[in-house]
Amino acid sequence: MAAAVAAQKAGVKDILLLERDQYLGGILNQCIHTGFGLHHFKKDLTGPEYADRFIKQIEAIRDIEVSLKSFVVRLTKDKILTYLKPGKLEEIKAKALIMATGCRERTREMTHISGTRPAGIYPAGLAQKMINIEGLLPGKEVVIIGSGDIGLIMARRFTLEGAKVKAVIEIQEKTRGLIRNVVQCLEDFSIPLYFRHRIAKIYGKDRVEKVLVENTVNGETFELPCDTVLISVGLIPENELIEMACVEIDKKTNAPVSKEVNKCSIEGIFVCGNSYKVYDLVDNVTRDSVKAGQMAAEYLKGLK
Amino acid sequence: MRAAYDIIIIGGGVTGAAIARELSRYKLKIALLEKEAELAFGVSKSNSGIIHPGTQNPPNSLKGRLCVQGNKLTKQIAKELGVDFKEVGELIVIFNQADLTRLLEIKKEAEELGVGGLRIVDRLWLRKHEPNLNPEVYAALYAPTAGIISPYRWVYDLAENAARNGVEIFLEHKVIDIRQSGSLRLNAAASRFEVLCSQGNREVNSQVSLGAKYIINAAGLYADEISGMVGINDFTIKPRKGEEFILDKKREYLSNHIIFPLPSPISKGILVIKTSDGNPMIGPTAQEIEDKEDLSTSDEGLKKVLEGAKRMIPSIDENDIISYFAGLRPTAGKDFIIRHEDKAPGFINVAGIQSPGLTSAPAIALMVTNLLKNNGLKPRKKWFFQKYRQRTIHLFDIPFNKTKELMKEDPSYGEIVCRCEMVSAKEVRDAIKRGARTLDGIKFRTRAQAGRCHGGFCTTRIMKIMAEELNIPLTEITKRGEGSEIVKENRDSRTA
Ligand SMILES: Cc1cc2nc3c(=O)[nH]c(=O)nc-3n(C[C@H](O)[C@H](O)[C@H](O)COP(=O)(O)OP(=O)(O)OC[C@H]3O[C@@H](n4cnc5c(N)ncnc54)[C@H](O)[C@@H]3O)c2cc1C
Ligand SMILES: Cc1cc2nc3c(=O)[nH]c(=O)nc-3n(C[C@H](O)[C@H](O)[C@H](O)COP(=O)(O)OP(=O)(O)OC[C@H]3O[C@@H](n4cnc5c(N)ncnc54)[C@H](O)[C@@H]3O)c2cc1C
Repeated sequence: MAAAVAAQKAGVKDILLLERDQYLGGILNQCIHTGFGLHHFKKDLTGPEYADRFIKQIEAIRDIEVSLKSFVVRLTKDKILTYLKPGKLEEIKAKALIMATGCRERTREMTHISGTRPAGIYPAGLAQKMINIEGLLPGKEVVIIGSGDIGLIMARRFTLEGAKVKAVIEIQEKTRGLIRNVVQCLEDFSIPLYFRHRIAKIYGKDRVEKVLVENTVNGETFELPCDTVLISVGLIPENELIEMACVEIDKKTNAPVSKEVNKCSIEGIFVCGNSYKVYDLVDNVTRDSVKAGQMAAEYLKGLK
Repeated sequence: MRAAYDIIIIGGGVTGAAIARELSRYKLKIALLEKEAELAFGVSKSNSGIIHPGTQNPPNSLKGRLCVQGNKLTKQIAKELGVDFKEVGELIVIFNQADLTRLLEIKKEAEELGVGGLRIVDRLWLRKHEPNLNPEVYAALYAPTAGIISPYRWVYDLAENAARNGVEIFLEHKVIDIRQSGSLRLNAAASRFEVLCSQGNREVNSQVSLGAKYIINAAGLYADEISGMVGINDFTIKPRKGEEFILDKKREYLSNHIIFPLPSPISKGILVIKTSDGNPMIGPTAQEIEDKEDLSTSDEGLKKVLEGAKRMIPSIDENDIISYFAGLRPTAGKDFIIRHEDKAPGFINVAGIQSPGLTSAPAIALMVTNLLKNNGLKPRKKWFFQKYRQRTIHLFDIPFNKTKELMKEDPSYGEIVCRCEMVSAKEVRDAIKRGARTLDGIKFRTRAQAGRCHGGFCTTRIMKIMAEELNIPLTEITKRGEGSEIVKENRDSRTA
């Protein structure tokens, strides 16, 4: 949304904003905690409030056409994109393209955690969506793998919802998350955080029953009974579409190979937000996405 | 007794489903009983999905003969049922000249069993047709008739076709006992067996009993227990675990054929497999275990599989793994046990169906039909047997212009539910109409949740569609049946 608004301000008259979800806002919609907008709006907002400020701006601009439930499924290097929406399959060509497709979570499978595959193992973001958007409580006795911000915030959320968070397990020697989150989400609720530990095995036939935790320094192990394991082991930029268009992708990070912010190996395709690289703060996503909008406008001027 | 049947088939895996479909040609009253919430939730869901050509089996074994016949039948039936069967071919590779003798032996044994088209290919051929193969590979045995199939979709489609032809399928019906009526003389009206089942729902655990003239025991890992119920205890099923690791679809063309090393006495070794969904797969391990429910994977398994697979294709990367699972081969000695039990007339054991059981299933079905005929059954063919089935629609395997047309009929083809595998709401609804009752059932039928994000995006969307179509609360939706509910509480309904 920030890129669309900035592009329009820089003089672009014909902008189409495609979103596969039924509402605008992306991941912000499920982040009902505060901590958004301290820089950009000088205010401590929740995720949906932050998103809402942009939605209002977009609605007020006639040059931006929004198409919801519109799923882009193919992209070529000539910027021809195909998208599906209920009842329609469209193919359109863009002069300039801004990709702001966000990121997805790394999964249990990518971290190769041994054991069985019962119900009760969820990516933390899915659990967040279940609780905050759908009003569903996925579990009552929870072990969280990974101490990044999402893991920490979910520890607090589960506790506030009346579940028991047994532990947060972190393989590194320190957290990847913000210190304020360690204090406000774990320490305030006396949730133990184990550094240099890993989950060696998950047990349970139909539903998770327990996990085996291993100290990676001395190899000692202990068991934690639980019915839910949350996986919060990092995010990966979502770039399968530009990959399809043969944009050069860094295999390790799944981000585009890039010399300058928002740029990729194809002229006129700009990548911003979490699909360019994984950001910690939404304010920085906004800052760089504004730039992407301006860069696209510049590029279009150059074409004429 | 609720009802009496001519034939009761116990077990809804590929063996039971293939037998049901074959027998549904005849004027018979048939029931298929399965203890799980859906079919194909036993061994048939976790295997390599290879329709073997018939190499690597001892020449005078039952499984050797049935495998070769099964390969041909699968190809034909898959066409009738609109199931994808891809004849990709396989290569058994050797690394030095000394192993050529053994490779030629395998070729000769397979040819004696009737496997066609086999030939030895050299380095030059391999470099051209299999560019990612380790250049140290010396030669390979090429078997062009090896194929791949989606094992669960195969079971669902066989069973759907059987049901279409009159077979009654009972899910969540666990056989707990079988009683034999004393009389051994077959009276046209009377049942020889009374099959006692515990039924579904754990809370209101009820029992039913069904009568049968013939029983076919195709209970996979539990075939020994079922057989014990009629007093036949001369075999036990020992599980042999195999761990498999699935790679990202981006690496679909890692190999063009299924690649095998030289087999060992107990297994075909670690393979590089192609799957009908496009994802390559590596595995399986082979480990004798005790617990028939132990489907856990291990760090050691991963290590072994990576080592084995990389020996053949060095560019395989651990980071390409997007999923993994373990399956248990139900072994009872070296071969299949398929026989009529004279000590319990009317009872047919189909046990020890280890690999190549997926391949052999349609041939096993013919053999069982003959056993029935040789033991008193005189079935008459139906006037009309519906052997065809309309192909299931998957957006991922049709071109966009076809999708466009479909959307005119039903706009919800344009409502994408699963982002990684491009599955629409319409396909999910169709899967439910065809019998899916669990998230795994939806996954197996449509591929939704089977991609790289593992349901992070689509799980809640699918749950809502299921709640709507099945008219059940979200809290009752399970991953794979009772006890595997996805969520514990619905806050909205609590506060409401
Ligand atoms: C759990 C969590 C907690 C956070 N907490 C904080 C915090 O406290 N403070 C803070 O400042 N920041 C926080 N952040 C970071 C910040 O909120 C995000 O980095 C930012 O919102 C990302 O914005 P984005 O537009 O790049 O991506 P997204 O919000 O993910 O937007 C991507 C959009 O693209 C759409 N899309 C993707 N592919 C397609 C396609 N093929 N077709 C059509 N549409 C598509 C998606 O539906 C989505 O709406 C948090 C992030 C998370 C995940
Ligand atoms: C790792 C691995 C890889 C393999 N790869 C291949 C391959 O590539 N090609 C190939 O041809 N074969 C392969 N196989 C072998 C193949 O998977 C099996 O031979 C085949 O699936 C067996 O099918 P089945 O129907 O006999 O057993 P199952 O699928 O287990 O079916 C038996 C059914 O009976 C049900 N049941 C059990 N007890 C009861 C009861 N008391 N009441 C009611 N129902 C009951 C079970 O729930 C189950 O659904 C592989 C096996 C493994 C483990």
